[in-house]
Amino acid sequence: MPRLSSVNELEELRQDILAKRDPQKPCIAICAGTGCLALGCDKVITAFREEVKKQGLEGKVDIRETGCPGFCENGTVVTIYPEGIFYIKVTPEDVTEILSQTIIEKKVIDRLLYVDPTTNEKIIHEKDVPFYKYQKRILIGNNSKLDPKSLDDYIALGGYGALAKALFHMTPEQVLEEVKKSNLRGRGGGGFPTGRKWESVRDAPGEPKYVIVNCDEGDPGAFMNRALMEGNPHSVLEGLIIGAYAMGSHEGFIYVRAEYPLAVDNVRLAIKQAEEHGLLGENILGSGFDFKIEVHQGAGAFVSGESSALMTAIEGRVGEPRPKYIHTSEKGIWDKPSDLNNVETWANIPFIINKGVSWFNSIGTDRSKGTKIFALVGKVNNTGLVEMPLGATLRDIIYKIGGGIPGGKKFKAVQTGGPSGGCIPEAYLDFPIDFDELTKLGSMMGSGGMIVMDEDTCVVDVARYFLNVLRDESCGKCVPCREGIRQMLRIFNRITEGKGEEGDIELLEEISEVMRDSSLCALGQTAPNPVLTTLEYFRDEYEAHIREKRCPAGVCKALISYYIDPNKCQACMICLRDCPAGAIEGGKNLIHVINQEKCTKCGTCLEVCPPRFDAVRRMSGEPIPVPIPQEERVISRKEKQ
Amino acid sequence: MTTIGLDEVDEVVGKYEAKSSALIQILLEIQRKNRWLPKEVLARVGKGLGIPLSQIYQIATFYKAFSLVPKGQHVVTICMGTACHVRGAPRILDRVQESINIGPGDTTSDLKFSLETVNCLGCCALGPVMVVDRDYNGKMTPAKVKDILESYD
Repeated sequence: MPRLSSVNELEELRQDILAKRDPQKPCIAICAGTGCLALGCDKVITAFREEVKKQGLEGKVDIRETGCPGFCENGTVVTIYPEGIFYIKVTPEDVTEILSQTIIEKKVIDRLLYVDPTTNEKIIHEKDVPFYKYQKRILIGNNSKLDPKSLDDYIALGGYGALAKALFHMTPEQVLEEVKKSNLRGRGGGGFPTGRKWESVRDAPGEPKYVIVNCDEGDPGAFMNRALMEGNPHSVLEGLIIGAYAMGSHEGFIYVRAEYPLAVDNVRLAIKQAEEHGLLGENILGSGFDFKIEVHQGAGAFVSGESSALMTAIEGRVGEPRPKYIHTSEKGIWDKPSDLNNVETWANIPFIINKGVSWFNSIGTDRSKGTKIFALVGKVNNTGLVEMPLGATLRDIIYKIGGGIPGGKKFKAVQTGGPSGGCIPEAYLDFPIDFDELTKLGSMMGSGGMIVMDEDTCVVDVARYFLNVLRDESCGKCVPCREGIRQMLRIFNRITEGKGEEGDIELLEEISEVMRDSSLCALGQTAPNPVLTTLEYFRDEYEAHIREKRCPAGVCKALISYYIDPNKCQACMICLRDCPAGAIEGGKNLIHVINQEKCTKCGTCLEVCPPRFDAVRRMSGEPIPVPIPQEERVISRKEKQ
Repeated sequence: MTTIGLDEVDEVVGKYEAKSSALIQILLEIQRKNRWLPKEVLARVGKGLGIPLSQIYQIATFYKAFSLVPKGQHVVTICMGTACHVRGAPRILDRVQESINIGPGDTTSDLKFSLETVNCLGCCALGPVMVVDRDYNGKMTPAKVKDILESYD
């Protein structure tokens, strides 16, 4: 492919690609994102390729390996175009049938359809599935329409049109003005106005200037950056090149965390393709603008997601943050002006340039414009990625799209904002989600992670969990963060082990305050949030742990025991066989008894006990009944009549 | 245990044009090839880049992706992200520990398995997740652990 040296050539290429494509030709789009990969989509893809050959369908049907469309819970998801027939939980065994029935005979296979749990209705088309129907899928919507490894697919969808518009019809100042007027705010969690950040880099003295994509998505429970980077890398590149043009930068970095190998592969390939086509490198599209991009892989450090730390990591040094009074917009990488934005922020840019400020401003709330991708995970029916206009309520996302809590359990809280966020209880489910509202509840929207917790989740354990994460991730540079987290974790360990004391809660609050006021970077300043919000909304659970040595949710191992009710046990041997600790005594026709000394409290017995017997109980805060005497354990069964 | 040749180390350093800013990328590549970073390798990298060994150790000990001891043939990674946590990841970890008798960060004495925990793999919708090498296993249960581990030899 020769380099494109003008807008016309890009347009010609686009028309060429479109002309070669028959919109009526069947296309099987299979999610090949990391999520579906975990469910075995690679085997499904191979099966499709082999079966297409076997049935002699080569050239008559396209197979497209797409990025993550977001409905991970039901992977492997397969969509058949042009009809948009939507199949879930597809396995290699279904492949032959899909080809012979759906592709050739145009029949829908009932058993692979999604069933709406509320209406029990089978849904045929992707667009009618409630999980998708209520979303506003601008950024992530294209993920199922393109193969991330194909530049042609991206161009066919209008890709790099925004870049051409910016380079040839707008001055850098106009691009900057447009982004400023759009009120786009940083999607990584900080919510700083992107246009203002760009302006300060553009105006800062010093050359060269650097632009950076932050794909060090470290918040546990958030994976929207991974989905965009894996699923539509060219959209991020296009945004980045436009930003570089606006800021007068000729060198960019994409920092991807070590845990995302597929994202690294896909973005590297995308860069190579863009370079070969003259969309990157020297004299982009013949405009005279030069720009190159380097991919930098992280090596596993949460704190490196902080902007100043990330920049030192790019320099090849230890990624530790530095005080905020030195602005990275003036002194960033190698002390040169540097602009860093989140993957999702960059992906918004082409849309703003293409569709304009008034379109963008028509979405969202007063102070938070556009959409946001949320990662809806935890104890919720439809887990996955959800893109909504800012200002949508938690209830909309968890119930309308997420389909509520599985197993008829009760909602307890939703954790937003990662380790810097907090837990929000049911009373606030109607709060709109944007950059400012959740902060009022002591949490934050952050990068959009949303972990739903039901009545079986212990909030004390969750707060302890976050401190444990942060203890490992604190870089140790400043004392309040390093020592504060460690001391708080100690207190939490005591509380969850049943050794909590009066005064512990007050001490936690005091340490929190010191950390919030005196830590060097946001990691330490916000680390107490999970503790403070759970203390505020679920203080009674802390008190139950400390005073009654009871874990109301039955999670904290030291405070629970398992017990087999001798009146219900049918001596079926299942738990006895499955117990990994060999802690269950009994035998055939002998009522099973748990040896509490040996029990590791793994809960396997509770899980495997057949529901019709329901003999195993989890107990907390009450004495375990004395085991029944040996001689009473024999069950005499009546012969079947 | 494979040991990377020093000429191979020079090759990696050369690939990055011996730029000191590429230190992390160079170490990542060696870690991938060799599964750990022996002292003589680090010294060689230092020589190639003109960076003191102490500074290289600072990097190699700060980032989690690096190991200064030999890693097993297969790396078992348990995601301890929040979503996996609330869906029972600690129990998966317990079961793996019982099965191969090592704790996180350790390697079995026969160098077959290393056990790692990670704070999020980004497959949150499928938690709990256990990864062996590059094979992802979603919706894990403690009962599945044994079979999966036994399938690696």
